[in-house]
Amino acid sequence: MFMFGKNTVYWLAWVALTGGLVAFFLLRLFAENPEEDKTVFLPGHTSDGHYQIELACNACHTGPYADRDAMQQACEGCHGAALKEAKDDHPKSKFTDPRNADRIAVLDARYCVTCHVEHRPEITGAMGVTVPADVCYLCHADIAEDRPSHEGMAFDTCASAGCHNFHDNRALYEDFLVKHMDEAATDIEGRLLQANLRDIVEQLPDYPLDQHPLNPVDLAAQQWPAEVTVSEEITADWLASGHAASGVGCNGCHVATEDGEWLESPSHEVCASCHRGETDGFLAGRHGMRLDVEKIGQTLPAMQPASARLPMKSTAGAELSCQSCHGAHRYDTVAAPVEACLSCHDDEHSKAYEQSPHAALWLAEQQGEAEAGSGVSCASCHMPRFDRDYFWGTFTHNQVQHNQSANLRPNEKMIREVCLNCHGLPFTLDALADPQLIQNNFSTPPTVHVDSVDLARERAAPGT
Amino acid sequence: MKHLKKATLAMGLSTALVLPALVLGDVSDEAKFSPKQMTDWLHLVMSSDRTVYTRLIVNRLQNKEKVIKASEHFEDDKALVLPAQMFRFGAEMVGEQTDDFSYSLLSEWPINKQNAPRTEVEKAGLAYIAANKGENYYATEELGGTTYFTAVYADMAVAPACVSCHNDHKDTPRSDFKLGDVMGGVVIRVPL
Repeated sequence: MFMFGKNTVYWLAWVALTGGLVAFFLLRLFAENPEEDKTVFLPGHTSDGHYQIELACNACHTGPYADRDAMQQACEGCHGAALKEAKDDHPKSKFTDPRNADRIAVLDARYCVTCHVEHRPEITGAMGVTVPADVCYLCHADIAEDRPSHEGMAFDTCASAGCHNFHDNRALYEDFLVKHMDEAATDIEGRLLQANLRDIVEQLPDYPLDQHPLNPVDLAAQQWPAEVTVSEEITADWLASGHAASGVGCNGCHVATEDGEWLESPSHEVCASCHRGETDGFLAGRHGMRLDVEKIGQTLPAMQPASARLPMKSTAGAELSCQSCHGAHRYDTVAAPVEACLSCHDDEHSKAYEQSPHAALWLAEQQGEAEAGSGVSCASCHMPRFDRDYFWGTFTHNQVQHNQSANLRPNEKMIREVCLNCHGLPFTLDALADPQLIQNNFSTPPTVHVDSVDLARERAAPGT
Repeated sequence: MKHLKKATLAMGLSTALVLPALVLGDVSDEAKFSPKQMTDWLHLVMSSDRTVYTRLIVNRLQNKEKVIKASEHFEDDKALVLPAQMFRFGAEMVGEQTDDFSYSLLSEWPINKQNAPRTEVEKAGLAYIAANKGENYYATEELGGTTYFTAVYADMAVAPACVSCHNDHKDTPRSDFKLGDVMGGVVIRVPL
């Protein structure tokens, strides 16, 4: 017969508490609702790059028993193309070569996670990832034999001094430094790439030119369901847009499915039917990564400025979509690159933009006082146009890079596609290495000096 | 034309014999070819393609017709890819797609020091092919817990462009190469 002892209450409480905890965790773990808060399972603060998708555990871990190779596939699924674009100096294939077996026994560079450990904020660096301090030294300890100028340099200064990157050295390699070492700080003749979609659209694969021939369309030819209210503001915005000038009427976006259903709020996938490259960039970048169901393997709610780690204005809009920046119907290419950014972003760098020399140039261009491409907007640096090759250079599309990561951290990524359009390399290296300039949006001369150009100059032309 | 015919024959042979052995390896337990045969054929294709590119593309267009230069920084300089780079890019692409074999271009006098011999077999092989012109070097070695059949083939200066580029490069440790010299070696590995 069951007897109540003096500890029975404690035992019952323990069983109840344990059962409750198990139920709590199981319900969260297997919840169908993707919005269910699973942050309780996070083993630590997620890096800035992955923060937005931290609730999609399987995006990286791929499954409960996923091994390192599966995780590597997940890394490459999102970051592989960018590494190729960056002409990665240390591709995986370099380390799968058996002759480097002794090296990978020390540092297994076949796997991203060897250097970049997630959920470890205490060792995550300013560039947003963890990196072993001696990563270069492990293979290049004898560099001073080839480069006497490197004698005595500390083992952890290769990257931190602004001279080298492990993956992307497109603007840092020695011959490039020599080629650009005598450039002036600023080239006032410098111009940024301009839109050329109209010029190359006939060659673009998958652009639905048959549905939207590049002829202007007028309001009289447009149709919409009787229950839909179309204001004068909407029609005026649309008539002034590139869409109306390029054969894209109401049904081009609002009736995008085969069944002819009217879509009240067309998604980014509708935009992608004409702007695939831009949409892919959006889905890979900070504004749209939560919506890339294919890559993260589940549906997450769209990012909201209020959820961002960066300071945002309290008046910032709700969920991010293409329309958040481009404005439905209006698709104003002048407002998007500055006004849209500053309507949300409220950090010191953003707040300093309007007083910067870049902003003055942008204003002059918009007021018709300066040539096209001479102004510098927020997007000029963070979402610049780049000449995307099609068919190995058969033609190029000056596409806007909607993936901010392509030009964010390390900021040397910006050098070739952004800064060198108007600035010399020595000035650029110094400016990007100066935290004060980043804070004041490049409004004062650099106070930091990176030695790499001097070292390259000394080797190329000693004593000059 | 003689070289072109050789190259075509080599590519045909390799396609007919080597690739089925690699691709269909899982469906047959019988070893069709020895590792030595396989590496010899692979090298024949590699060296033929490499020679054709060096002579008919780089040497002809750069040195003879002076139409375009070849440069290590071929994109920035709007130039041809160097023969050694073309070879390495191919090796990297193979490395991305299979572990069934790997290859690299090494030298006792490398412009990039990372391409100096590292393993004992690489060191012995490169020394052997330099000292015994016309001969190859074969050995087995264990790397990272796997045993490999490793073959080392001489890489010769087949065109004036090879000699001038290497002799004049600011990072070269040797500046007296002549046409026909052994400049390095192709190392092909097959896991056993």
